[in-house]
Amino acid sequence: MDGFRHVLQRDLRLAFRQGMDAFMAVTFFIIAGALFPLGVGPEPGVLARIAGGVIWVNALLAVLLSLDRLFQQDYEDGSLELLVLSPASLEVTVLAKAAAHWLTTGLPLIAASPILAILLNLPPEGYVILLAAMALGTPSLSLIGAVGAALSLGARRGGVLMSLLVLPLYIPVLIFGVAAVDAAVLGLTARPHLLFLGAILAAALPLSPWTAAAALRQATE
Amino acid sequence: MPDCLSGEDLSCIRGERLVFTKLTFRLEAGEALVLRGPNGSGKSSLLRLIAGLGRPTTGAIAWNGADIARDRAAHRARVAYAGHADAIKAALTVEENFRFWSELRGGGPEPIAALARLGLDRHANIPGRFLSSGERRRLALATLAASGADVWLLDEPTVGLDAASLSALEGLLAAHLREGGMVVLSTHVDLALGGATTLDLGDFTVARPDAQPDALQGAV
Repeated sequence: MDGFRHVLQRDLRLAFRQGMDAFMAVTFFIIAGALFPLGVGPEPGVLARIAGGVIWVNALLAVLLSLDRLFQQDYEDGSLELLVLSPASLEVTVLAKAAAHWLTTGLPLIAASPILAILLNLPPEGYVILLAAMALGTPSLSLIGAVGAALSLGARRGGVLMSLLVLPLYIPVLIFGVAAVDAAVLGLTARPHLLFLGAILAAALPLSPWTAAAALRQATE
Repeated sequence: MPDCLSGEDLSCIRGERLVFTKLTFRLEAGEALVLRGPNGSGKSSLLRLIAGLGRPTTGAIAWNGADIARDRAAHRARVAYAGHADAIKAALTVEENFRFWSELRGGGPEPIAALARLGLDRHANIPGRFLSSGERRRLALATLAASGADVWLLDEPTVGLDAASLSALEGLLAAHLREGGMVVLSTHVDLALGGATTLDLGDFTVARPDAQPDALQGAV
């Protein structure tokens, strides 16, 4: 597991030195969310009704925007070849990079989601479940995103290709994430939806490093 | 019996073009193989195949007679590769760059001493973005030299190096060979490597169908 720690440390250090990247994903998240009261109108009932969905869709898009950070730079400067060739397991390396991505993107999004919830007039009952659903859902977004980012390396217009690959895979997280918040707002139990989010994460944890590693080997051939 | 790295009947297709074919080589511990040949003759492709990035179209590369594709993890542990790209992060200092790769291989020598071998010790705290291209190459070579791997694969390591660094590199290569290591490198300049075998990849390329034969050009 030493390899995990070294890659995680390096990616976190790089993210902090190039602080703008992580900052931009969160800023996008809040600004795009703040557009909805302007677009839909300030009717509190309407905003409260769509708040959960808007927060989740924005989180998806903010994560999507930051995914090229995962492998693109390493691919361009030759680091990726050395990572593929290093004795450390490539699957563990991918897991470490996804963890670093979540810590610098997913975690700030979770922290910023109450701000967006206030802007969108989310009923108070929804806050705790929103945070819980984000905590369970955003790691899956980083993991699934790693597969898309690895598959689109070297492609022309890789960013667009990555969106087409990743967004359909994000739908289950979106559905259960929004359903959990809606259930809490309506006074129903959010437990089954949170369990589904947990199940998606449990499946993504082993599967996506394995898939992304295979894609990275392909990309460096 | 000394360790042995060999390639048997190798061919490589890149982008629908047959780069080389029927290529065979054999290398024992303490020996160096110098790849020469015109641009596009497949020097880099061969080095990548030996490193384990991709598989040859035909033939196999073997370590002590066993195909390297059968145990990738063992092969990764014994091979260190320095390609055209220097794999240097602009935001990390020279020492941090070095330390990351060395720790990923399970820890190597003390960074400053290892960097000093290519005259980079005074630059240890400089961020990668301020390095010149020659210094970047020296950092990549220092990282490779500290890898502890048996087989060094270097793709045109001399590019951008000044005379002093060139002789430092020759010293590192000679020391590695004396310790029973192997070196495969491609180069367009002459490096002083005692007892190196030269492999001219031009001998294994196939005439390109689009190339004009001399006779035809003479006729026009």
